[in-house]
Amino acid sequence: MNKSRNNSLELFKSMLRIRMVEESIAEKYSEGKMRCPTHLSIGQEAIATGVCSALEKKDLVLSTHRAHAHYLAKGGSLKSMIAEIYGKVTGCSLGMGGSMHLIDKRAGFMGSTAIVGNTIPVAVGLALSIKLKRRKNISCVFFGDGAVEEGVFYEAVNFAVVKKLPILFVCENNLYSVYSGLEVRQPENRKIYKMVRALGIDTHKGDGNDVEEVFSLTKLIREKIVNNAGPQFIELDTYRWREHCGPNYDNDLGYRTEEEFMSWKKRDPIETQRKRIKSNEYFNLAESFAHEIEEAHKFADKSKYPSYKQFRSIQS
Amino acid sequence: MREISFARAINEAMFSAMKTSKEVITFGLGVPDPKGVFSTTTGLQEKFGSERVFDTPTSENAMTGIGIGASLLGTRPVMVHQRVDFFLLAMDQIINNASKWKIMFGGTSSVPITIRLIVGHGWGQGPTHSQNLHSIFSHIPGLKVVMPSNPYDAKGLLLESIFDDDPTIFLEHRWLHGQVGKVPVEEYRVPVGEAKVIKKGSDITITSLSYMTVESMHAVKELEKLGISCELIDIRTTSPLDIKRIIRSVNKTKRLLAIDSSVKSFSVSSEIVASVSMEISKLKSPPNRLALDDLSSPTSFGLTDKYYPGALEITKTVLKMFGKKTKSLNNFKKIHPHDVPGDWFKGPF
Repeated sequence: MNKSRNNSLELFKSMLRIRMVEESIAEKYSEGKMRCPTHLSIGQEAIATGVCSALEKKDLVLSTHRAHAHYLAKGGSLKSMIAEIYGKVTGCSLGMGGSMHLIDKRAGFMGSTAIVGNTIPVAVGLALSIKLKRRKNISCVFFGDGAVEEGVFYEAVNFAVVKKLPILFVCENNLYSVYSGLEVRQPENRKIYKMVRALGIDTHKGDGNDVEEVFSLTKLIREKIVNNAGPQFIELDTYRWREHCGPNYDNDLGYRTEEEFMSWKKRDPIETQRKRIKSNEYFNLAESFAHEIEEAHKFADKSKYPSYKQFRSIQS
Repeated sequence: MREISFARAINEAMFSAMKTSKEVITFGLGVPDPKGVFSTTTGLQEKFGSERVFDTPTSENAMTGIGIGASLLGTRPVMVHQRVDFFLLAMDQIINNASKWKIMFGGTSSVPITIRLIVGHGWGQGPTHSQNLHSIFSHIPGLKVVMPSNPYDAKGLLLESIFDDDPTIFLEHRWLHGQVGKVPVEEYRVPVGEAKVIKKGSDITITSLSYMTVESMHAVKELEKLGISCELIDIRTTSPLDIKRIIRSVNKTKRLLAIDSSVKSFSVSSEIVASVSMEISKLKSPPNRLALDDLSSPTSFGLTDKYYPGALEITKTVLKMFGKKTKSLNNFKKIHPHDVPGDWFKGPF
């Protein structure tokens, strides 16, 4: 197997695993054991996988409320993530953060938070510290199209440009902020990547449902950053399949059309990649992931809740 | 021991911290400018370079988040705002991120950031340049809130705050910058969370903080002459609040006056009165507080005198608690106008 085909297979595997993890959460959510707001990444796997696979392990990532895919793609522990969603002490945040507060520092996943845009400056801070320490890694932050409507985005990008910091800003444009479409939030025909360019940062645009494109673009951009070209921004188009928060589909709400949904579903990033690699390993892979995922749920279910004493001691 | 000003003590603490650890950096609007934030940051950039000491864009929220991010990798940022009021733009980062980062990731990460904020007073600073907001910060679990009243504590507490692993709000009252006091040359620490008994007494416990401690000291002297022995406690840090020390004192004196530099309602002084009332049932007079009226700070010279209580009002309040007359009191006639801390202060802010 040649190197590029091997990489293509790895990208496929990463996305398939994320999809299956998310679907297992959706399926089991109604059991009532995962008692926290949960934002699934189904449909958006290619960005997480493409970007994180192009990063080095030592690179640092911060993310949003919809962080499962980023966390897993960066190499975060599956067991710790599922246990966290169950609110158990074996979770990555000892059960004190839930689905929206994932962390795995060994994998370079530095955290995800629940307030729109508020990890963007924190990621710039990581980049500042990286630069002060003369390290060779980079900082990378994921956020959505809604976050570029926050003032802190401009403040953070501005400072990153002034200081030429080693950071990659990844804007996942999935067209919606909860149930509010871009048309009620941003001017018609705006191109986010073009607008952001005016801040003095190099910007790029790509198909966020094409994992190969995301991967190769990120690889190039990362090279630029480590060669001191300053911060970089990339906008990637994608689409969330399920509801904003929770396990279900929500097309019945009427905030988006069935046609729009179907047109994006046809561009399923995993199906696209599966056709490319023509792999006959699909069933073996699916079976082994299913087993791993089932084990993670069992582990989470059996684990204990954190004690109030622990909760108190961390804060005192 | 040699004497230096409060501002110089802050400056020394910064020099000392930055020399002790390369992880310490400091930034904020005006940090390296010719005025050096009331000369508290003067000389730092020359000594430690523009990578560790730098000016910033007017982006309070992002710069706070950037400080938080840098601190996650072990950097110890000291962020400075010329007024606490400007820092209000950063409430998302300080309340949603800094204070909660530790608990929301189960203690796997901490945020060793220090935010130096200067509290304005007088000279027409008005509603948005002289707010006393320590009770807001103290209300947020996960934040430490420090407000020294003298040069010695300023240096020791700032060093302690910088090397503490949790986010700390460090409040400097503008009128204290010119105050002179004994300060050791070498590095030393003053623990966060410990109140200090400034003067022992037996008839009443007076708790105070920041600049109000200066006014309280004048009042306590006057009250001594009038036969009332006051125990004066300088709170020093409002979060964590050393309530045990205060209760121990009130158990002895059986009287409490909590003095605050903020508006009355929902204040640190309210918290002290509540905590003491819940512990001690029999006091010789109802517990009391002296703070600002629940009004935004006035701008006009014609209003500020009445708005800000000082030594005279403290003396009167205590006398009333003892059922004594308040006529023919020393009116602490000031040698300078009421809206400046001393002749050295010529404005503009």
